[in-house]
Amino acid sequence: MTNKFVFEPDLAAKKIYISREFNASIEKVWRAWTEPDLIEKWIAPKPWTAETKILDFTVGGVWLYAMVGTEGHKHWVYAEFTAIEIGSAISTLGMFCDGDGNPVANGPKSYRDTKFLSIEGNRTKVDSVITFEEESTIQMFVEGGFKEGTTMTLNQLEELLASE
Amino acid sequence: MVFKIFLKIFAQPNNCIYICNQSVANYMRRDIYQAIADPTRRAILMLLTVGALTPNAIAEHFDSSRQAVSKHIQILAECGAVDQDQRGREIYYQLNIEKMKEIDRWMEAFRKMWETRFDQLDNLLNDL
Repeated sequence: MTNKFVFEPDLAAKKIYISREFNASIEKVWRAWTEPDLIEKWIAPKPWTAETKILDFTVGGVWLYAMVGTEGHKHWVYAEFTAIEIGSAISTLGMFCDGDGNPVANGPKSYRDTKFLSIEGNRTKVDSVITFEEESTIQMFVEGGFKEGTTMTLNQLEELLASE
Repeated sequence: MVFKIFLKIFAQPNNCIYICNQSVANYMRRDIYQAIADPTRRAILMLLTVGALTPNAIAEHFDSSRQAVSKHIQILAECGAVDQDQRGREIYYQLNIEKMKEIDRWMEAFRKMWETRFDQLDNLLNDL
């Protein structure tokens, strides 16, 4: 594997470290992470699609998008930008959404710090740390983003359970 | 068992995700993640990796009161993280390895989602 995908959960610290290298310039990778029409092309694992409702890419600005399932049902993902260093770092506060895409003020929260690093050969390394706030780690599994992955791999999980 | 029901809840198309998640959260009030959410409970689980122990033997490893430790053991049992084994007059607690594996499965699903996203991003970057 040349993309050096790393996914390391630290459950005790309620953190997940995710890292990946891309064969593209940092400018291109940055655009793909910050421009709505580009984000929509990769953020939703197939067969889900993504629809951006709000993307105000400023500190304090809101990013709200929906993961749309094949039957049209939507899972909302809400984040607020807490820090932006143009071309190199983005921090967001993720909040739980109701069915209409409204953030739930007292719901579980998560934080994601993402850093972009230019490396040799016109490549880019992206490092993300996701930190979950809640006492119970169950929250990380109902937090926006996990549901989609869960649904996607549902069949695999069912197979796994059936084989036991 | 709980895990299968959890899957069933997730499998239902549901527009009202909040309610869906709430019901999942309520159903899972005692879940494997709650077992590992507390440092004392994690320490108890670590102790039990070596072998089964009685509540007294477990409590000896902690400064907290016997009652407090006993409460943690009770939660671990409710979460399914430990099983009871009656040996004569004594109750021994042992790790439920199968239950602990649930954590890995959930983590794997999350990992898979990010992997898929990044593969899709590779394709997009090729076209930019």
